[in-house]
Amino acid sequence: MTRLQTCLTGLRAAGKKALIPYVTAGDPGKEVTVPLMHAMVEAGAAVIELGVPFSDPMADGPVIQRAAERALVHGTSLRDVLAMVGEFRQKNQSTPVILMGYLNPVEVMGYERFAREAAAAGVDGVLTVDMPPEEAGDLAAQLERQGIAPVFLVAPTSPPARVQAICAHARGFVYYVSMKGVTGASHLDFAAVAQKISIIRQHTDLPVGIGFGIKDADSAAQAAACADAVVVGSAVVQRVEDNRDDTGRILAAVSAFLRTLVPALQRAAG
Amino acid sequence: MSFEQKPDQNWKQYQLPDTRGHFGPYGGRFVAETLMEPLLELTAAYEKYRRDPQFQQELDLDLAHYVGRPSPLYFAERWTRELGGARVYLKREDLNHTGAHKVNNTVGQALLAKRMGKTRIIAETGAGQHGVASATVAARLGLECVVYMGSEDIKRQAINVYRMRLLGATVVPVTSGSRTLKDALNEAMRDWVTNIDNTFYIIGTVAGPHPYPAMVRDFQAIIGREARAQIMEREQRLPDALVACVGGGSNAIGLFYPFLADAAVAMYGVEAAGHGLASGQHAATLCAGRPGVLHGNRTYLIEDDNGQIIETHSVSAGLDYPGVGPEHAWLKDTGRVSYVPIDDNEALQAFHDLTRMEGIIPALESSHALAYGAKLARQLRQDQIIIINLSGRGDKDIHTVAAREGITI
Repeated sequence: MTRLQTCLTGLRAAGKKALIPYVTAGDPGKEVTVPLMHAMVEAGAAVIELGVPFSDPMADGPVIQRAAERALVHGTSLRDVLAMVGEFRQKNQSTPVILMGYLNPVEVMGYERFAREAAAAGVDGVLTVDMPPEEAGDLAAQLERQGIAPVFLVAPTSPPARVQAICAHARGFVYYVSMKGVTGASHLDFAAVAQKISIIRQHTDLPVGIGFGIKDADSAAQAAACADAVVVGSAVVQRVEDNRDDTGRILAAVSAFLRTLVPALQRAAG
Repeated sequence: MSFEQKPDQNWKQYQLPDTRGHFGPYGGRFVAETLMEPLLELTAAYEKYRRDPQFQQELDLDLAHYVGRPSPLYFAERWTRELGGARVYLKREDLNHTGAHKVNNTVGQALLAKRMGKTRIIAETGAGQHGVASATVAARLGLECVVYMGSEDIKRQAINVYRMRLLGATVVPVTSGSRTLKDALNEAMRDWVTNIDNTFYIIGTVAGPHPYPAMVRDFQAIIGREARAQIMEREQRLPDALVACVGGGSNAIGLFYPFLADAAVAMYGVEAAGHGLASGQHAATLCAGRPGVLHGNRTYLIEDDNGQIIETHSVSAGLDYPGVGPEHAWLKDTGRVSYVPIDDNEALQAFHDLTRMEGIIPALESSHALAYGAKLARQLRQDQIIIINLSGRGDKDIHTVAAREGITI
């Protein structure tokens, strides 16, 4: 079993939910990311979603756009991000790391080389936001050859036939985008979310994660009530931004925030 | 991705894109899952209505009586004499309603929006021409219209911003990234993904995810169909060469597409070389870029070694874009079209030449095509024929031209 499967199926067997915080690598500086990853694990993260900064983050709201801009000011590259994962792995061999980003930096590196170097660094999954299953064949094959899970999105707009097709391609877990919109928006309709997730579960036994728009303990608890994992992105990145001049304060603020989410998730599990 | 040798393409049976929107390795639908179903619905609606005689009839009437088509094919006699080479014809898209070719596409997409029951139009714009063309058709059909425009471009194109507001559109300044056209496109996509239930996104060029590159091409292909019939009538033969400027590439595809199977017709896509290719400050994507994925399709891009998109430069805001339509990428790789650079100074020279010699003030975008057309005409014989696409009029650019000459209006 892969590290990602071990983690998620282990939690499920124990009746627990996975907290997956997202941060953009290199925001606000390259030296912040690895200590921040360790601090998030310490504060209860089961999996880490690490954003690869891109100049044109079409699916992201303003908070994560600004994070990408901060990371790109000092040139955080895909190669840098892989090096950060490698450094994280020196002290942590158990927490899965999922890269989330856009296709172009991967295109430039080359699929085969990216998959090989990501595996060597200790990456467990790759979510490429602008690569639906129809365009994913070559990259997904390279990733799977290296034991890395290609993670795919299901959206509120995906009709049942697409949900089925996406689930057939998905590895690791299925990532449900909780609403029509960009990352960090609000107005979640949890009744609709629960309904869609029941459709996803008809087509896969993989764990289901929910992301986009989960911003506090309440929304995390509601999401956890119907999913196996909860992704929190913009709300974490906002705390990085608020404390961007002081690494110590970033680590403290993000940790404190995650600690408010952990009990909410476990209540939902209970 | 690169080809060891030119890929084969039978132009007599050219039917790209395929059903998933691919032109060879280019094109496709590289978007987040939320947009996939809306794109599939749009593709199905477009496929249905393009074959619907009633839709076509309505479109033809709009093109005739609202846009003012057919646009003339004008023989530039004095300029031809001055150049001393091939006979130069200008396809006068500058005479369309709103002053550019953009409206051919917005009229078509707006009709489609109405058929699909959408009540809200969004658009991105660089120079403001597509924004104006979108606001225009939205006003006429009584649809709400929101136009995204980079805050840098808003400063450069104040008149078009005011035109859009007069037409009832909301112009939203985009302050992310480089604050230009590419960022406006990102922001329009973000709006669309949030409001897909009631919103139709009118993309202004032959880029974006499938079906946009094919759909915009089909709406613009009227340029080439008319030009073909007009030159046959005037000269009883096909032209030797076609010349058009390429930013995203919609006016160029519109002119080229109906001639692709005519092997004797050479085609030149003219890109903005800005301060020169060597300066790194240009927007000549096909001349100096490489393949990647941006804005929903695989195509040539101007990017750094890490795959980040680089800011482009051109004196013409409408060519200031780091990507290019995926069909142009395929036309380049197959060798069917030659893509050539023209820098800011050459374009400005052509702007003045045409204004003085023919009494036509061309858009700075079109001035790139004119500059290359002039070079080409000088190399050809006097019995040869060139058609240059005069894609827009230059009234919007007179402040830019004046400022470069130290004149404040």
